Amino acid sequence: MNLKRSKSLTWLLWLIPLAFLLVFFYQPLLAIFRQVFSERFSQGWQFFSWAQITKPLGFTLWQASLSTFFTLLIGLPAAYLFARFDFPGRKTLRSISLLPFILPTVVVATAFNSLIGPKGWLNLILMNLFNLNNPPLNLLNSMPAIILAHVFFNTSIIIRMVGNSLSRLNPHYDEAARVLNASPWQAFREVSLPLLLPSILGASLLVFLFNFTSFGVVLMLGGPQFATLEVEIYNQAMNRFNLPMAGLLSIIQLVFTLLITTIQNRLNKPRFGKAALSSERKTLKKPTTKWQKLFVVFMVIILIILFVSPILSLVSRSLVTFEAARGERGNVETGFTLRYYQELFKNTSGSIFYANPLAAIRNSLVYSLLTMLIATTMGLLSAYALNNSNKANRWLEPLFMLPLGASPVILGLGFLISFNHPPWTSGPYPILIPIAHSLIALPFVVRTILPALQSIPNSLREAAGVMGAKPFRVFMEVDLPILLRAIIVSLTFSFTISLGEFGASSFLANARTPTIPVTIFRYLSQPGALNYGQALAMSTLLLITSALGSLLIEKIRLPGEELF
Amino acid sequence: MLKKVFPILFILIFGLSACQPTAQNPESSEGSRELTIMTHDSFSISAELVSKYEAEHQVKLTFIQGGDAGSALNRLVLTSGENKQPEADILYGLDNTFLSRGLEQDLFEPYEAKNLEAIPDNFKLDPENRVTPIDFGDVCINYDKAWFADNQLELPSSLKDLANPMYRDLLVVENPATSSPGLSFLMASIAEFGETGYLDFWQSLKDNGLTVVADWETAYYTNFSGSSGKGPQPLVVSYASSPAAELIYAETELAESPTASLVAPGMCWRQIEFAGILKNTPNRDLAEDFIDFLLSREFQEDMPMQMFVYPVLPEASLPEGFVRGSQIPESVATLDSALIAEQRDLWVNDWTNLILK
Repeated sequence: MNLKRSKSLTWLLWLIPLAFLLVFFYQPLLAIFRQVFSERFSQGWQFFSWAQITKPLGFTLWQASLSTFFTLLIGLPAAYLFARFDFPGRKTLRSISLLPFILPTVVVATAFNSLIGPKGWLNLILMNLFNLNNPPLNLLNSMPAIILAHVFFNTSIIIRMVGNSLSRLNPHYDEAARVLNASPWQAFREVSLPLLLPSILGASLLVFLFNFTSFGVVLMLGGPQFATLEVEIYNQAMNRFNLPMAGLLSIIQLVFTLLITTIQNRLNKPRFGKAALSSERKTLKKPTTKWQKLFVVFMVIILIILFVSPILSLVSRSLVTFEAARGERGNVETGFTLRYYQELFKNTSGSIFYANPLAAIRNSLVYSLLTMLIATTMGLLSAYALNNSNKANRWLEPLFMLPLGASPVILGLGFLISFNHPPWTSGPYPILIPIAHSLIALPFVVRTILPALQSIPNSLREAAGVMGAKPFRVFMEVDLPILLRAIIVSLTFSFTISLGEFGASSFLANARTPTIPVTIFRYLSQPGALNYGQALAMSTLLLITSALGSLLIEKIRLPGEELF
Repeated sequence: MLKKVFPILFILIFGLSACQPTAQNPESSEGSRELTIMTHDSFSISAELVSKYEAEHQVKLTFIQGGDAGSALNRLVLTSGENKQPEADILYGLDNTFLSRGLEQDLFEPYEAKNLEAIPDNFKLDPENRVTPIDFGDVCINYDKAWFADNQLELPSSLKDLANPMYRDLLVVENPATSSPGLSFLMASIAEFGETGYLDFWQSLKDNGLTVVADWETAYYTNFSGSSGKGPQPLVVSYASSPAAELIYAETELAESPTASLVAPGMCWRQIEFAGILKNTPNRDLAEDFIDFLLSREFQEDMPMQMFVYPVLPEASLPEGFVRGSQIPESVATLDSALIAEQRDLWVNDWTNLILK
């Protein structure tokens, strides 16, 4: 009896997120394409050559494949580590692995520079150890730097997505195989691996997609000889003012994104039935054999090097002066200092663009709270809309994922054309910014909530319905408790994405309410030791803010549940 | 549980509101009008000067930072059009390498500023006064004083010297396709060696271990040994005013700057920055007042400490640290702006094909 009504309701659910995407994503995108390919900018075509497309495309595919390979190389054993073993500091290390996600690229580039740069800690230590005069490692502006940064950014995706299915593998299957005399390796290869494969492939494709659209990392760590499609789009649009070329490249990027998400979408459909994935979590065990202990120790060391050292290096550089190393500048000692932090609170030049660090933190928090609200609401509605496994949905889901592949430059220009007027831009906190952030966060939110939603057996809802519960009550009593964990993860995602986002904020923000990343960039763009130190100090503050924020959100979760 | 956390967040946010000094502007009462100025990201002005101006002229000033000089211009071109109200009333920060693009796109309305006759003629590049020169800065090679002293190496005295093997691996430059000082340095090389010779010069630099990075931030903080980033190269393409900034923003008071500029004839390129009133602005009268203000002694003297550029007004005096830390080159490289307009894209294209491929 309730069935008919709930069906019409589903179509209503469709409408809201679809309208959101149509208005704020597809409409500005179309508007900018119409401009870009108009007669007015056609002079850009005079420099056209196929190499302008094939070169960045080829490089993009190449570096994305390499980066994904290395991410898997570290991510898969790490996922196994977290899903199976209990060891001291496990939870902390797991939380730390999420940190790269929330850091803006400017900060990551600075962190890597302070670690592997010519005068970074690594080179300083090596020079000291072996008594060298020149830095032995030259990693910046090279392919390894790009790959390293991508691995740093994306390993946590593998840890979480693969780890999740790894811990939910029905242990009885494995046990059954062992009873039938299979060796552990055989049991893994013949039983566990096929069950895990979809999630491994799904996670790899997502990582590939992120590497495919990589912008800041390639621009800042790769140097000018490397250009991905996204870097080339930026280049053509903002520096060369060759808008048709930028438009063409961004369409190519969109097509590839659509392709990748469609494949990923196909892989994500459970092929083995629900029994293979148990809802009970596999219990963690302490490493017992010699090999297990060795594996745990080895992986922990690798992960500490990967995740902790760049962050530690950033924090330490914001607290240490290096004046003495600069020769003729007198006898200032190298040592601990809080000066950079104190200076943040002074507006030395009385500039109108100065932002008190606390004000910048507040501005960022306002935007990220609004983003949490918009992105999670839209994501929840989209997930419900997509939950019906009819044919139309299967084709429509990639449309929800497409914002992942949209070039921020092109979309930003589209926003300028379509929304650059009140009410979108009015007030100290223009609503346009959290909307832009929500567009970026939405695919993540949908990806997080949808699987959780699909895991709810329909029979549960029907039972509640038969017992007379209204749809709203069914949602509150059946869906919400099961979804809560995924919702919390979504909140964390949207919070951190918004907090670290630089492009849209600098493009659209009111100059008087800058966010933390915008402030960091302002310090970085002026010469002087103090400005550099302040940029590092501000980056550290961003790190602390996002860590505290994520912790606070995590507090909402149900007792005994683990994030993700 | 939600109930417990959100109050904390809200207290946090609104508690922090108390420490915000600039967001609210008591002067901007309802009746007053608003003037919008599009600038590049390096633009700055003292808050005091803004509130004084706002009070005197009964106007609210809004600044939009539209990216670097090129991006801000492109953004305006894209959002402008026939009879369309522009995104801003004034553009500040168009420089002489982009001037021709701005004029070609027909973005500006002519206006002769009150103080214009006080400005030296060599700054006035548009005879129709569609744009007004406001400030200038020189792009020069900066060097690490300590490094050159330690290695007892003579300083290069011309661009050509940079190809000398004794300076092997010492120079870092910015990509002219992505960086405005990078483009300026390319212009200087074209002025020096001509359209036919500049690529040979760059080839010789490449053979001599040239390092190219994408932007000024990387070049200065990551690669340059004289900055706090302490990179490997003691020579960097930066501004003649950067040594002054090193002095003013030093961690401890310094007797002299750790860096200096190479200012021999032909080694520096002068960037002149202009402001112009945008076509179809509904606030033409306010915009005229503001252009006059930009050429006033008050603003011209505020500018150096805010943006590390020089005033075009000869009578404006410079702050002490500025005089002590930076040099003004006696003769700078120049190119005809019509030639720049015609050839810039081609030069950058050829340079990219030679150096980055």
